Amino acid sequence: MTEIADFHAWPDAHGRFGEYGGIYVAETLMEPLAELTAAYEKLRRDPAFIAELDRDLKYYVGRPSPVYHAERLSKHIGGARIVLKREDLNHTGAHKINNTVGQALVARHMGKTRIIAETGAGQHGVASATVAARLGLKCVVYMGAVDIERQKINVYRMRLLGADVVPVTSGSKTLKDALNDAMRDWVTNVADTFYIIGTVAGPHPYPQMVRDFNAIVGREAREQVLEQFGRLPDVITAAVGGGSNAIGMFHAFLNDRGVRLVGAEAAGEGIATGRHAASLAAGKPGVLHGNRTYVLSDANGQIVETHSVSAGLDYPGVGPEHAFLKDAGRAEYVGITDDEALEAFHLLARTEGILAALESSHAIAQAIKLARELPKDGLVLANLSGRGDKDVHTIAAREGIEL
Amino acid sequence: MSRIDRRFAALKSAGRTGLVPFVTAGDPSPDGMVDLLHGLVAAGADLIELGVPFSDPMADGPVIQHASERAIAKGVGLANVLAWVAAFRETDAETPIVLMGYLNPVEMYGYAAFAEDAVEAGVDGVLMVDCPLEEAHVLEPLRQAGLQQILLASPTTAEARLAGLCEAAAGFLYYVSFAGITGAAQLSTGDIAGRVADIRARSKAPVAVGFGVRDAASASAIGEFADAVVIGSALVDRLSGAVSAEDAVGRARDFLAPIRAALDARCIGVGSGT
Repeated sequence: MTEIADFHAWPDAHGRFGEYGGIYVAETLMEPLAELTAAYEKLRRDPAFIAELDRDLKYYVGRPSPVYHAERLSKHIGGARIVLKREDLNHTGAHKINNTVGQALVARHMGKTRIIAETGAGQHGVASATVAARLGLKCVVYMGAVDIERQKINVYRMRLLGADVVPVTSGSKTLKDALNDAMRDWVTNVADTFYIIGTVAGPHPYPQMVRDFNAIVGREAREQVLEQFGRLPDVITAAVGGGSNAIGMFHAFLNDRGVRLVGAEAAGEGIATGRHAASLAAGKPGVLHGNRTYVLSDANGQIVETHSVSAGLDYPGVGPEHAFLKDAGRAEYVGITDDEALEAFHLLARTEGILAALESSHAIAQAIKLARELPKDGLVLANLSGRGDKDVHTIAAREGIEL
Repeated sequence: MSRIDRRFAALKSAGRTGLVPFVTAGDPSPDGMVDLLHGLVAAGADLIELGVPFSDPMADGPVIQHASERAIAKGVGLANVLAWVAAFRETDAETPIVLMGYLNPVEMYGYAAFAEDAVEAGVDGVLMVDCPLEEAHVLEPLRQAGLQQILLASPTTAEARLAGLCEAAAGFLYYVSFAGITGAAQLSTGDIAGRVADIRARSKAPVAVGFGVRDAASASAIGEFADAVVIGSALVDRLSGAVSAEDAVGRARDFLAPIRAALDARCIGVGSGT
């Protein structure tokens, strides 16, 4: 294992995080990606763009989101203090809006008139439809037919916002297939279309760009925790599907070696059952969706179908920076089962009056486990990446309740 | 000289345009695959592109995607593909075979092991759709073993990259005729003729044109300015309903015959040439 001096120095000029990341796409996309990289490199250093982004994040998204000491939950657990970063309080209800606001501004600066996006749980689709409506851009969202069925409310929200939601019926009919179709659309319509990728995966510069737009979560949380508690947290937890909320939360802390970073992947029905979506815990390095990273594939290299109660975590790959952090030993990645996530969902609802997204419930479950192991003055920071309204039907159905 | 280089040299000296059919390995039937490969040669194939099925073929259109899904459902993997090539080589030592696909199956096989086994089986080159020149370092074990990496150029390829591609091209350079997925859109040959002429003048390797070629007319139009014509989705679509190995071979023959004839009709030295 190579010792990493500065985790903030990545990716390198080729978009690589060590052996991960890169640009593994069809030739047709190389030039559009080069154009995007050049545009983003210029904009991210442009004070006017940064000011524009900051204004949007403050007045449209509603930042900063608070950190909140969940006292009743902490007391109930009987261990360390659990603190929640409330990304669920953002406009549209999740961290996803941070990235879409950023990418939509990049799209506008590049003169693009059409936005495409892929979505699993629907949060990224809603966030994309939202920013497209605000900027007057046409928006097409690709979504697996299975996900459309289990996230009906978000599908309707996207349509209310003026987006076309295109059902994807190939493969497993979930997020990975939606991503394939979005890529195909982009290949075909590169001239006027901007592809807003929703997580820290895909070809360079997406893993870097999406991380940069979400890194505000960790930057704020670091300041807020220092201010409120006078110290850094002992450990941070965040859910990891593609990994955008987790990278957003982890990034500001990467060089604080004393802070443990723990990503909670979807262990579904249990890693041993094979019905899960834990790419880092159970996958191997491979190439999927434009980047080298950990993927879940069979002996023939075919990407396998994944399972999670949470549509947003149901993805067989993961952002390359997470693969890098895992190999470097800087972050740990553990599995949280569907049952554990649901238990955490209910516990948080009843002790704090907060309905967490099922994705975020994985992070809460992991925070609860870690808080139990730490002394009462310990500090566990969990990223509450999104609100659970969208999951109410899924939870009710799973528990045999007819709404 | 590699088998691919020999074949293109022969085409050039005969004044012929090469015909490169694409089929998905294991589709329509794993059992009939070797017969189908021979059938393609009998129908006039100068080089065969054999698609390695992949679950997430993000640059392919629905026709090839569904062919991949059918093959995967029948359990087809890289080991099968290599076994079919080896069986084909028992009686055909001349027709070059290029494996076309995506990196992850090779990654899981292991690059070094794959390189050794592919050369042993008689594979001549690989065209990895998701491996542009910038990431080609991962295929170094394949090149060292003697496999040629077929590179692609497209209408969106910028001038600086095109120079690099023309310089690095081995076997042949695959020009993607339009920005899109396989099997989509109508071809506008006028737009691409100039571009291909420019690339042919600069490339170390011959230029094959694919994407959107569907019949004798489009193949003939492309044949006016390309060294070879690649035809994939339309053929895969024609094969998809085959009820037996014999039927598949017959369909391939019926489909390719007019295309072969059209290509030969416009060539200088009509004849087998190969």
